[in-house]
Amino acid sequence: MSSEGMDGPKLGFSFDLYSRNDMLTKKGLKPPGYLKTGTTIVGLIFKDGVILGADTRATAGPIVADKNCEKIHYMAPNIYCCGAGTAADTEAVTDNISSQLKLHRYHTGRESRVVTALTLLKSHLFRYQGHVSAALVLGGVDVTGPHLHTIYPHGSTDTLPFATMGSGSLAAMAIFESEYREGLTRDEGVNLVTKAICSGIFNDLGSGSNVDICVIEKGKKEYLRNHLTPNPRTYISSKGYAFSKKTEVLLTKITPLKELVDVVQVGGDAMEE
Amino acid sequence: MSIFEYNGSALVAMVGKNCFAIASDRRLGVQLQTIATDFQRIFKIHDKLFLGLSGLGSDAQTLHQRLVFRHKLYQLREERDMKPETFASLVSAMLYEKRFGPYFVQPVIAGLGEDDKPFICTMDSIGAKELAKDFVVAGTASESLYGACESMFKPDMDHEELFETISQALVSSIDRDCLSGWGGHVYIVTPTEVTERILKGRMD
Repeated sequence: MSSEGMDGPKLGFSFDLYSRNDMLTKKGLKPPGYLKTGTTIVGLIFKDGVILGADTRATAGPIVADKNCEKIHYMAPNIYCCGAGTAADTEAVTDNISSQLKLHRYHTGRESRVVTALTLLKSHLFRYQGHVSAALVLGGVDVTGPHLHTIYPHGSTDTLPFATMGSGSLAAMAIFESEYREGLTRDEGVNLVTKAICSGIFNDLGSGSNVDICVIEKGKKEYLRNHLTPNPRTYISSKGYAFSKKTEVLLTKITPLKELVDVVQVGGDAMEE
Repeated sequence: MSIFEYNGSALVAMVGKNCFAIASDRRLGVQLQTIATDFQRIFKIHDKLFLGLSGLGSDAQTLHQRLVFRHKLYQLREERDMKPETFASLVSAMLYEKRFGPYFVQPVIAGLGEDDKPFICTMDSIGAKELAKDFVVAGTASESLYGACESMFKPDMDHEELFETISQALVSSIDRDCLSGWGGHVYIVTPTEVTERILKGRMD
């Protein structure tokens, strides 16, 4: 405890509490559930690049914990990654590899390649044998052209022209399999991705809320946050909630916040007396 | 019984116009027996940053002590207070470090950031951040709190109305949860003052 924060950055996971938690589980206490991103995530390659799409619902068991979370994570200026599975794992693994890619860019002086991100991600996930539960759709455009990959929690990868992952993947794949063709234009691609995500949102209970899209082309990218919002809150009554009786208060303590003192130099050098 | 239901807790934070409110219940139990009715779940990190910790009481206190330690070190090195967004990232990193043997807590962080803009966020026990623009909830009463806040919340409330809303949401949700209760502890923070109030609730 006393050396915490003083020795410099610690690497990797800390297993300090593992034996205590194991003892509690043996005594019959159930371990907690984690925030999952139920999810429909998709990617497709079009004429000039890659389009990634995702829904925006995060669930904690059967409850919707976040109605508008971000599932398309930044990896590099030309590479983005959608994540499904345990939310903390997808965020941590994409942030970690994004930092490693930045250091690599400084080291080599070149733009990052999608296969670099792919190898870093798959090695990390394989090392933890699937316990880091992150299923990813990685897409980007680099000097060798547009690329799209899927990465499974145990570390296997696929390279595909169109891909879907998450609980809503079957609903989205049905749309892709019937309507995808090579050489789509940007607008056709965006419409197809929107349609696939909507199919996930309306038919899969683990996905919902809005559609996020990210279009990556050679030299530029467009992150369309909440590109489509097919589930607005329309039931709010305009007059709001009126409380008939006020809350009973037992004790009130008001602490004014201290104002910072302004030092005014009257004239002359501050060091002169 | 889940580990989160060992002590019982209810936490909620809401955003208002240039202010925020954070509230908790006051019961500490050991499964179904109540052992304290004045348990502190909301801690002040600095004047404009509050941290609420729901879940297992001992992990909440340990995590709070470690975070105070890290914040004091930060203050010594940077000669200023931590911004709420930075603090949220710190908590998230500390929780994810223990990914395969986690602390059994769900933190709720509320603070006034740059230009006194209110910031609230919650996390699951391994540090998955959930940033919200309206309200965040945590604890055993979270399901009732979601429903109550969803219907009672209005954007841009002033601090008086915000206090009334958050108190009503908290007290009505606590009444429907056996493991939290014995009143409420509400902090309303504006750029000029912090108002701490203790609410009367059902004592069962």
